[in-house]
Amino acid sequence: MARKVLVLGEVRDGALRNVTFEALSAGKTIAEGGEVVGVLVGESVSALGQELIQHGASRVVVVEHAELAQYTSDGYSQALLAVIEEEKPEGLVLGHTALGKDLSPRIAGKLNSGLISDATAIEVAGGNIVFTRPIYSGKAFEKKIVTDGIIFATIRPNNIPALQKDESLSGEVHSLTVDIKNLRTMIKEVVRKASEGVDLSEAKVVIAGGRGVKSEEGFEPLKELATVLGGAVGASRGACDAEYCDYSLQIGQTGKVVTPDLYIACGISGAIQHLAGMSNSKVIVAINKDPEANIFKVADYGIVGDLFEVVPLLTEEFKKLKINA
Amino acid sequence: MNIYVLLKRTFDTEEKITIASGKINEDGAEFIINPYDEYAVEEAIQVRDAHGGEVTVISVGNEESEKQLRTALAMGADKAVLVNIEDEVEASDQYTTAKVIAQYLKDQEIDLIIAGNVAIDGGSGQVGPRVAELLEIPYVTTITKLEIEGTKATVVRDVEGDSEVIETCLPLLVTAQQGLNEPRYPSLPGIMKAKKKPLAELELDDLDLEEDDVAAKTNTIEIYLPPKKEAGKVLTGDLNDQVKELVTLLHTEAKVV
Repeated sequence: MARKVLVLGEVRDGALRNVTFEALSAGKTIAEGGEVVGVLVGESVSALGQELIQHGASRVVVVEHAELAQYTSDGYSQALLAVIEEEKPEGLVLGHTALGKDLSPRIAGKLNSGLISDATAIEVAGGNIVFTRPIYSGKAFEKKIVTDGIIFATIRPNNIPALQKDESLSGEVHSLTVDIKNLRTMIKEVVRKASEGVDLSEAKVVIAGGRGVKSEEGFEPLKELATVLGGAVGASRGACDAEYCDYSLQIGQTGKVVTPDLYIACGISGAIQHLAGMSNSKVIVAINKDPEANIFKVADYGIVGDLFEVVPLLTEEFKKLKINA
Repeated sequence: MNIYVLLKRTFDTEEKITIASGKINEDGAEFIINPYDEYAVEEAIQVRDAHGGEVTVISVGNEESEKQLRTALAMGADKAVLVNIEDEVEASDQYTTAKVIAQYLKDQEIDLIIAGNVAIDGGSGQVGPRVAELLEIPYVTTITKLEIEGTKATVVRDVEGDSEVIETCLPLLVTAQQGLNEPRYPSLPGIMKAKKKPLAELELDDLDLEEDDVAAKTNTIEIYLPPKKEAGKVLTGDLNDQVKELVTLLHTEAKVV
């Protein structure tokens, strides 16, 4: 059954986030041959429209307004609901990011619809669009379908492969005027802590440190390794509690959930709460002095040793690999 | 101030997860207040102690949830409401829960609603914002700080590690992120007092709802455990050689770099 599917693009620092391309790919699956329409919301975002088309949208609707410069649920829901009203889609996809998590339940509430949050895979099976999502902190998975109304989902970054970008594609970018008003929440100040370097939740490589890192300075070798691999630095709760790093780096049940291609855990024992945030990573490497550490149970590869010896050696080896590549 | 807390009874994540006849096996498992909802209970008590008023804790579920509601009362909440939908609703999802809660709350005087930002079992994080939308009140999710002055609220919101300072007004719904506070343990006198605090049990009928009004919009067709991971390869030998071997394995076998 061909469907019209809307996909909300997410813009960060003037560029589309990767999860947007993954959401377009998810939208294609849900559309089953129907149309995927990209949606962009912001103050000045229409220039990004063609990029959505090159990644799978057949056309794009843009809502621009000075009040949309920053995300607020009031502003964005007015914009997105206006597009939904005009397009009457049968599917809707957002990234399961801070924005998507905040906005999607409200849209679902307004539409009186179901919502499948945090999907990690989508398939067409038995005439249904079937979503896979982790439950119980990734210790189990469920397959879900929408039984009534619009097929609405948010997708976890880094799990659904984006479509190949096709720069030969172009299409219509249509602007919709929406009166954005009565914003009940006002952002007074944004304190950026997590924005340096690569976005942790979207990173393909994550180098994470635990209590074994021992100090704030102890994170330096991890940062160097991350730089060489184009990855991001993360941490266990233990390292955050010990004030070796900011909580914005925390990975785990109460921190971020990451699913990179490569996760290197340095001096992390592997408490169950930490595993909840990273155990679905594609390849896990553990470096720990304690051969009995729990982290080795989930690791694909392990080195028993002092991270302060192993990590710099690894950095050197990866540098050599990059030079020879 | 009338403060409401949305609370869910959840499986303790320390528990080993097994599956029996297509469902998560709950036999003998330990159940707790969803940890994020514990922050919500604590915050509600602190706001009440600073500004006066009453804290009411609400849960949608079955009679088993009474235990977690009593725990919240023992921490210091004043009243509890349990909407028992077990016998009447065959299939429920976040749509169901939000609809039931909103239906109860729409007839109450509300200044503040606090929920956890996500439940650690289902992990969807939908119910809080859905309830706010149904009640047409503003909401802020994943908050780490809440200050109230009159009808004005200043909130710090965690956004993937960055912080936003947000000004808004009551009535308001917020969802708690880790770092908001340190939830207290119930004291012995608190536990004794909790036994006498009011706990109302309602059914759909009491809220003028029919099963059709709250029937789920989504359906779980399968639950499964992730494939058991084979034991990883712990490298041996000279450390320099181990590092070289690891890089080769990641490059040629795992193909991730």
